[in-house]
Amino acid sequence: MRIRIIFSKTEIIRFTSHLDLYRAWERTLRRAELPLAFSQGFKPHAHINLACALPLGFTSENDLVDIWLARDMTLDEIYQRLTQAVPPGIVIHSVEEIPYQAPSLQKQLTASEYLVTLLLHEDELAEKLERLQKQKVIMRQRKNKEYDLRPLILEISLLPEDTSGRQQIKMTLKARESATGRPEEVLLSLGIEPTTALFHRRHLILMDTSNNS
Amino acid sequence: MISSELVRSKLQSILPHVQKPGRYTGGELNQVVKDWSTISTKLALVFPDIYDIGMSNLGLTILYDQINQRQDVLAERAYAPWLDMELMMRRENLPMYSLETMHPLASFDILGFSLPYETLYTNVLNILDLAAVPLYSSQRSLQHPLVIAGGNATFNPEPMHAFIDAFAIGEGEEIIHEVIDQYQKWKTLHASRSELLSMLSKIDGIYIPSLYQPIYHSDYKVANIQKIDEDAPLPIVKRIVGKLPPSPTRLLVPMIDIVHNRIPVEIMRGCTRGCRFCHAGMINRPIRQRSVDEIIQTIELALKNTGYEEVGLLSLSSSDYAHILDLIDAINSRFSENRLNVSLPSLRIDTFSVELMNSLKTVRRGGFTLAPEAASEKMRKIINKPVENEQLLETVRAIFSRGWPTIKLYFMIGHPSETIEDVKEIVELCKAVLAVGQSVIGKRAQVNAGVSTFIPKAHTPFQWVACDTFEQITAKQDLLKLELRGKGLKLSWNAPEETMLEAWLSRGDRRMADVIYEAWKNGAKFDAWGEQFHYQIWQDAFKTVGIDPSFYTHRERPIDEVFPWDHISIAVRKKYLIQDYLRSQQGIVWSDCREKCHGCGILPTFADLRRDNPGDIWCCPEVKNPKYSKTTCTPVQTNLSTSLS
Repeated sequence: MRIRIIFSKTEIIRFTSHLDLYRAWERTLRRAELPLAFSQGFKPHAHINLACALPLGFTSENDLVDIWLARDMTLDEIYQRLTQAVPPGIVIHSVEEIPYQAPSLQKQLTASEYLVTLLLHEDELAEKLERLQKQKVIMRQRKNKEYDLRPLILEISLLPEDTSGRQQIKMTLKARESATGRPEEVLLSLGIEPTTALFHRRHLILMDTSNNS
Repeated sequence: MISSELVRSKLQSILPHVQKPGRYTGGELNQVVKDWSTISTKLALVFPDIYDIGMSNLGLTILYDQINQRQDVLAERAYAPWLDMELMMRRENLPMYSLETMHPLASFDILGFSLPYETLYTNVLNILDLAAVPLYSSQRSLQHPLVIAGGNATFNPEPMHAFIDAFAIGEGEEIIHEVIDQYQKWKTLHASRSELLSMLSKIDGIYIPSLYQPIYHSDYKVANIQKIDEDAPLPIVKRIVGKLPPSPTRLLVPMIDIVHNRIPVEIMRGCTRGCRFCHAGMINRPIRQRSVDEIIQTIELALKNTGYEEVGLLSLSSSDYAHILDLIDAINSRFSENRLNVSLPSLRIDTFSVELMNSLKTVRRGGFTLAPEAASEKMRKIINKPVENEQLLETVRAIFSRGWPTIKLYFMIGHPSETIEDVKEIVELCKAVLAVGQSVIGKRAQVNAGVSTFIPKAHTPFQWVACDTFEQITAKQDLLKLELRGKGLKLSWNAPEETMLEAWLSRGDRRMADVIYEAWKNGAKFDAWGEQFHYQIWQDAFKTVGIDPSFYTHRERPIDEVFPWDHISIAVRKKYLIQDYLRSQQGIVWSDCREKCHGCGILPTFADLRRDNPGDIWCCPEVKNPKYSKTTCTPVQTNLSTSLS
């Protein structure tokens, strides 16, 4: 049985890395005493598939992880057990069953939608966003490699200020295994220091595979 | 004082700029958060090294559990910030805070420092400074927290005497409650801080440095320790628990990687082997064991609460745990479904240990560790760790053939009786072990030798012995480095400078406090971290204070010299240590005291506890009479006793 868990990674664990989040899931599943399916081999480990690494410091909602169970259980029972077992900082929204052999989350993922909150007020932000979108090419350097950020930005727009009067930007960035847009890079290309912003991933956008299954 | 809200908001801007920010956020699973508005007594448990290390410390885990079981007290945690975080904290005026509720440490009633080893001392000063609590006990007033400390290093409390208000000598599980009770009583009296210290001094095992004064000879050897307060106890006898309290099962589960991600279960405390260099073996007497049922229940509960995949069965000598076979059977039958990885450290060098490990179904076949400590017959007799080479080679053959490709061998160099010939025997032994490995499994065989340097620790039979000179240590290490290399051999060793610092700090008197302060002022911290350790700072500090450090470490002491720590009693009589020291000089091996009580002094001191805890919880002879009688414990009869009076 393959289960997809839809969850949030909240503020208090935003400094938990991808690898550590993976371990946290392993421990959560052990505490929940779910009948996990284990890999074969010298050091067997549970099948846990996190959709997409979230950079350190980011929060998320509608985040996805797939797990494989050795025997069937009701979704309701899985949900109950998980809700009791998750550590502070992980919130379970729902669980759903998906076809056992469906493609991996990484293969299905096409884009991520982010909400970026600026802690310091940025003047003429709307104009800057407009200018950014008009650019044909946005050359950036990362890890000593030049690349074009522009095609990775699928959508970017200014949202109304939040209740504390902070500016918020919504951006949808490509998230393919070979081409992933990073919201910090978008801020840098706008001339905004990423450490003065909060990053929240709102959605993972998956390829529609319903026709194939 | 800044509020916890302000701490939180400062953290929000600081944390994106530091490495591993998850060290500084708290919020772990099973963290205990209590209401500050309803609980009157607040205690912060502080481990003076980084989160990654402190979170794995069993002592603080036990105390956190013990204290938070009380409704009237809250215990929160704090760890030393790493250098980058410290820099940000100082820049942003963020004081040391607790991880549970982000309250500044200065707003707690009691700060309890864990001091398992000496190289943490400068970090204590740094943390007090970051907490805006006066470093010196004498400068604290009613508005400041009470600063207490405990742990193995505090069996010689004198080097830190100026900075700690009260030391808890020995085991903390019961004494911490008594300290809290006295503190609460004192609060209702609205009395002075010195009244608090005086009240605390009535608790068995509590040492208040300000109530005593050492009298020195002109050359700064200690003449004696005098009481300033007539009612203060002398000597201060360590505390022990008669029976180990239930092991914590609601363990904190961190959201970042730490040193040991496992369930620690202490199966036994204390050791009867009597290795003469071993500080832990001397100060942790007597043996107290847990039952197999209790250990299994602990593991079961802790697995449910944590989801950990590893359990560490902890003790100073696992193979000596009386029910080890039953325990392993029980683990195999109960947890074979759980894919539980079990670690069983500190095994004796015999094939029984290999069979033990082999019978554990779930153990990982990585490295197998043995600690022969010495390789020559002569040194083995001196340190009282008799092992035959033949037996060792038979053991390693069994290890390699049971599927472990790597053997770690721990040795110790630097006892002044040790010659270069003795060190050559270490080389030969390692090569012989590798040869056995290669004959069994071929080129995959690996021997990792960890060679530490001997420090004559306080309260051991070697406390009279001098340290090896710097030159001797270097010469011995050079030989090892030259010989123990090539395919299948790996050597690790301690820098002699680091060994020296540990020796000074562990053997120092009250004057060391000035050296520690001076070194801290000049930037010493994280001295246990190789790259952060600055030998020059310490040498300069000694020069400024005007002490020749070799006074502490490079003098063989006459039997009648008073040690700076002689007023602290580990309940093993000094006379017993002297006898054992003399035996070492004559190369006399002394047996494990399970076979026959040697009358070390534990039993007369703790006769009541033994009587209340009969059977094999302890390994000492039983005490049945209502009053302790001398005949219960066989006194030592040696031909040396006449020369000792």
